[in-house]
Parts: sequence; C-alpha cells; structure tokens
Amino acid sequence: MSRETALVSADWAEKNLDAPNVVFVEVDEDTTAYDAGHIPGAIKLDWKTDLQDPVRRDFVNKEQFETLLSARGIGNDDAVVLYGGNNNWFAAYAYWYFKLYGHGDVKLLDGGRKKWELDARPLTKDAVARPATEYRAQEPDLSIRAFRDETVAAIGVKNLVDVRSPDEFAGRLLAPAHLPQEQAQRAGHIPTAISVPWSKAANEDGTFKSDDELRKIYGDAGLDGGRPTIAYCRIGERSSHTWFVLKELLGHEDVKNYDGSWTEYGSLVGVPVALGDEPGEA
Amino acid sequence: MTSTATGAVTADGCAAPDQSAPIPLSVDLTRETVITGVVSSAEGEPVGGAYVRLLDASGEFTAEVVTSPAGQFRFFAAPGSWTLRALSRAGNGDASVSADRGVNEVAVRVSAA
Repeated sequence: MSRETALVSADWAEKNLDAPNVVFVEVDEDTTAYDAGHIPGAIKLDWKTDLQDPVRRDFVNKEQFETLLSARGIGNDDAVVLYGGNNNWFAAYAYWYFKLYGHGDVKLLDGGRKKWELDARPLTKDAVARPATEYRAQEPDLSIRAFRDETVAAIGVKNLVDVRSPDEFAGRLLAPAHLPQEQAQRAGHIPTAISVPWSKAANEDGTFKSDDELRKIYGDAGLDGGRPTIAYCRIGERSSHTWFVLKELLGHEDVKNYDGSWTEYGSLVGVPVALGDEPGEA
Repeated sequence: MTSTATGAVTADGCAAPDQSAPIPLSVDLTRETVITGVVSSAEGEPVGGAYVRLLDASGEFTAEVVTSPAGQFRFFAAPGSWTLRALSRAGNGDASVSADRGVNEVAVRVSAA
C-alpha cells in the first residue's frame, strides 16, 4: 500500500464524480451534514446505525456488511472513495472495515469533507439511489484488528500508540474536548504506550502530511519500525486514522487497530494503567 | 446516545453536538470548563460552517467543531490556557483564552490572508 493507491486528492475526486465504477461514500456519526449537502453522487453510511451491531458492542459481521453494501448499491468491483467530517475519522474507520472484509479497491479522500467545503467545491442535497448489488465479503482479516487480551500482552513488547490528545493520554481529560467529560471509566493510558496524537499526522485542512514528515513524526516519538504496532484511542475511530497512516501510507507490515480502545481498556478490572505524560513501565 | 431533559444529545462517539443547542442540563457547570463563543468576519458578521479547533498550551490539537449558522462553537475543556484556531471560506483567525471552571466566552475574528 502507498499514498498512490490508498488516497485521492480533492482535485482527482472532482474530476471523477461521474466516473464509472467509482462510488463516493460519506461516513459520519452524525449524518445531518450529508443531508444538508453532500458530494454529488455520494451515498451515506452512518457510523452507528449502519456499521455497529445494534445489540452487542461490536461492529457489523460479514453477513451484515454484505447486506448493507448490497442494499446501498456497492459492488465488489467498484472503487470506493470514502470521506467524512471530523478530519476523516469515521471515513478512516470505514476504510479499515472495507479492508477487514477484503474489499479490493478502497481509498480515502484527502482532507475529507473539511477541505472540500473550505475549497468551495460542489455539494448537493439531491437524493442518491444506486441499484442493489449482490456484495460478497471475505472472512474478516484479523491481522489488522487487535482485541483486548493481545493488547494487554503487548505491554512492553509491541509498539503501543495512543493517538488521543495529550490531556486524554495523561488522564487529565476522559474524552475529546468537544464532549462533556462525564464518562465513568478510569483515566490514563496503557503502560509503555507512546503518545502520538492522530492530529500530528494531519495538516489543519485535514489532509495528510507528506510521507517524509510522517516518518519523522513517528520516528521521533520512538516508534520501533522493527516491531508490530497496535494503535488505540477512545472508541477506535481516531486510531483508524493513525492505522491508515502507518499501514497504508507508510507501508508498515504489522499494524493493528484496537477498536475496543480506552472505553474498553479503561474499564477492565485488574489491568495496569499509567498516569501522566510519560509512557510508564511494563 | 442518551437524551437529556432539554432534548440535547450526548453522543457516545465523537461527533460534534449541535453547537447552537443550549448546554444540556446534565452538564455540571461547577465542574465543567466550557469554552464558547462566536466566529465573526472582519465585517463583524457571524461565520457559520467555520472549522474551530481547540489547541492546548503547547499548541497541540485537542478538539474541533463546526460553527452553527450563527457562528457559535463550544468546547468542554479543563482550566488553563487554550488557543482557538478557526478556518473558514471567509478567512482564518486565532484567539487565546485563559479558562476557569464554568462558562468562558471568547470571540474569534477571521479575515482573508
């Protein structure tokens, strides 16, 4: 994987809005932005109602994913271009799903909805309907998904990258600062995790920094390129953004997203927790 | 999601709550540090749809919201020094604030570079 295969620019996207077999998909937790105006021809996926299991804490399984993509008119041979708000957090999360279920050609729109809006590119409220397909997903590729036990086992062994803000890492905040700070679980981070906020990888217009800049950021932070890496945040969406950077842009071999993230780890009984700005001891 | 008595919504995830909604009753203003205000243009007009990010004392990104049609934004932070950075089609701008518990009002003016 590389920048050329995993990422498209806003210019490329605007020139390919009507290209055959290219499907634009807006992904967000709050889809009111889509309803108020979306990229022409784009369909929407709702992070919660479409991509999460309605009962258990897990995301949609293979059959649910097949049903969803078939109903929305996405075919196995389509090139899927994902974008969204929140600096592409949920689009990156969806990208990770598409990879997990083995979709062939999936890309992120660099800068997402923010750059598109700031560039004053076209948005429309026109309803989009695509003919249904018979989508077939692969078995989930668990080489890119970390669960809690392997995350605990990774303390002091693998690279653990905490991509939340410095105040969340240190335990001074429990959630991003645009949300009330009322969660009940413990604050802090997984011992030995390095702090590299997801935002380090992005410019302020939401586009990704250059490969050279990215390599320097993770190198300076102490990421050991010879070891496997697990990225986590609070609910697994910001860490998808960093997973995308490490795996898809920089081409690291073994990178997993721990989607349980701090809302799971910080509620586990008996696991070690580190407070403060330093990684802490294993 | 949980609905509060005001009808405001607290998301389990990270989407920005409606920036023009009243502060939910469930938010305890004796404990929370709210940073709120309006983004306006050089002509003094409110700028809706601006992207406002909250940077901590070291300049590190903490959160980002999109302003309401009336230009409003709101963050739940902690006491301390913060910088607000706004990007919009009307231009960009910064403002700094030293926040305490309770509601901290700050205006952000944007202008074309």
